Amino acid sequence: MIKRLLSVWHARNLEFLRDRPTLLFTLLLPLGIVISMGFIFGGPPRPLFTVGLLGTGATTASHPFLHERYTQFVPVKDQAAGISEVTHQRIDLLLALDGGTRYWVNTDSPKGYIVEKLLIAADPAARRQPVTGEAVPYVNWLFPGVLAMNMMFSCLFGVGYVVLRYRKNGFLKRLHATPLSAFEFLTAQVLSRLTLIIFVTAVLYIGIGAIIHFRSVGSVALLVLIAVIGSLSMIALGLTVAARFASEEVVGGLLNLLTWPMMFLSGVWFSLEGSPRWVQRVAHLFPLTQVIDAARAVMLDGAGIQRITPNLIYLAVTTLVFLAFSAWSFRWRID
Amino acid sequence: MPESANLEVHNLVKQYPAVTAVDGVSFAVPEGICFGLLGPNGAGKTTTIEIMEGILPPTSGEVRYRGEPLGPRFREEAGILFQKTALQEFLTVRQSVALFRGLYRQGLDVDEVLNLCALDKLAERDNRKLSGGQQQRLLLAIALVNDPKVLFLDEPTTGLDPQARRNFWELVESIKARRKTIILTTHYMEEAQLLCEEIAIMDRGRIIAQGPPQRLLREHFAEVLLELPRQEFPEAARRLPLKLIDASDRIEISTDDLDGTLRTLMEARVPLRNLRIRPANLEDLFLELTGKELRA
Repeated sequence: MIKRLLSVWHARNLEFLRDRPTLLFTLLLPLGIVISMGFIFGGPPRPLFTVGLLGTGATTASHPFLHERYTQFVPVKDQAAGISEVTHQRIDLLLALDGGTRYWVNTDSPKGYIVEKLLIAADPAARRQPVTGEAVPYVNWLFPGVLAMNMMFSCLFGVGYVVLRYRKNGFLKRLHATPLSAFEFLTAQVLSRLTLIIFVTAVLYIGIGAIIHFRSVGSVALLVLIAVIGSLSMIALGLTVAARFASEEVVGGLLNLLTWPMMFLSGVWFSLEGSPRWVQRVAHLFPLTQVIDAARAVMLDGAGIQRITPNLIYLAVTTLVFLAFSAWSFRWRID
Repeated sequence: MPESANLEVHNLVKQYPAVTAVDGVSFAVPEGICFGLLGPNGAGKTTTIEIMEGILPPTSGEVRYRGEPLGPRFREEAGILFQKTALQEFLTVRQSVALFRGLYRQGLDVDEVLNLCALDKLAERDNRKLSGGQQQRLLLAIALVNDPKVLFLDEPTTGLDPQARRNFWELVESIKARRKTIILTTHYMEEAQLLCEEIAIMDRGRIIAQGPPQRLLREHFAEVLLELPRQEFPEAARRLPLKLIDASDRIEISTDDLDGTLRTLMEARVPLRNLRIRPANLEDLFLELTGKELRA
């Protein structure tokens, strides 16, 4: 048994070592993950809580709460904007220290609850102020991100592996012998996947929405528009990966390389408020960030078409760029 | 090149880093005939046919269809059966054919193609649940779906059992009756002899003989071949004034004077109890031309 096992083990190792692109990729991917994790989580410890500070007079600097560890204080210009940040969970608490300690907190926010306890421990005289407007529960804040993330995985992995399989088993070569063009083939793949994704996302939206009693503040038609253009962009991104390669490991690696940073940096799980500027800039390049940003604006704030037009334009342009690149670099057969 | 040439191949060369797969091949295929490319594995048949199909770019040389370089018209009018093709999964036989029908402007009705390839009873079956012969008939149906003017068949019966092979030949005969131009590669001599009006024999990327099979045989062979088992053939008999061909397990003697040859053999006391006499075929021609057996 050991001999048989060793024979297969040895042959598989040879196959792996001689497949150069795969080998290179397998070594580069973990390195890339280590470096990006270092950038994101390295340096001084990240604060656990973000507190907005209204009016920063000299008298307030000595307030005991301001010396709490793991809490980041960000200046907030006016009260209304600060309260909106609280209701949308972009900050955990809003604090005003002039004229007695007053604060605003989202009672649906777990982090808000804890940071409120810290504040009262430091200053028992602190008074909670009523939060005007409906507070956004964390689950509602999370909802657009989770829907969009599901879309992203379906877009990228759904088309990437399928085209790769067609290429490996010779089906693409057979199609190449017909009048079908690369652009027609790729567009058909995009539209087929788009239909599926819109259907699945609609089912999830209705299903999960019913469970968490979610109602979009803004127009559902706008949400459909965001979902369609966002999906197109991410499917086209998946095709850029699948256009050329013939190895599962390389395609899988590249897809992971795209999905992992998007999953962490697109603001699905936590707000990017308070993270370094350059991280926010990089994150804004991801189609997923654009989709989530636009979807949150519509679903939570009731934003109109004007507010999300820049997002939609970015997604439309990237769709065209990705599709053109895919058609240009497309290979029907394994060389 | 003849005026009526449907496809012309001019000085094709295909070089790979380690090997020259096609080394200066030229020929013309007249309209409405079945043209066979013959040769052993690795002779360059598939590379040549794939360049002719427009699938593979040549290193140099060119292919012309009706006097023009391969273009959109060729893609509309060519039907292709590759050596190996996987189809999209989870489709029935009918849906597989319909998929390809949708890619062409003109063609046959899906039911007509299914009928032509004896697939009507299998129309609703999953395309993954077909036998080798049925699978090959489906791929032929797909190749015929645009009612092609020129049909490429790359080793269409390799791996089929003899019965399925015979069925496939009958199908090709019925397609030939529709006056299609067919380009066939094969290493089965019987197939080429049965189906092709003209053949080109390839070896190591070059064409070593070309013409109608019967003419090639007449040119290279006298009337008959005598076969004797190698182990029964005395070494001394090799010195006899006979035209000997060494095959792997037998000695072949080519002659147009059967009586005289038999007399010579008997006088030399060569045992004749396992003697076979048969007409020469393309297999013998290949052996004669290259010193190699075709399916070695």
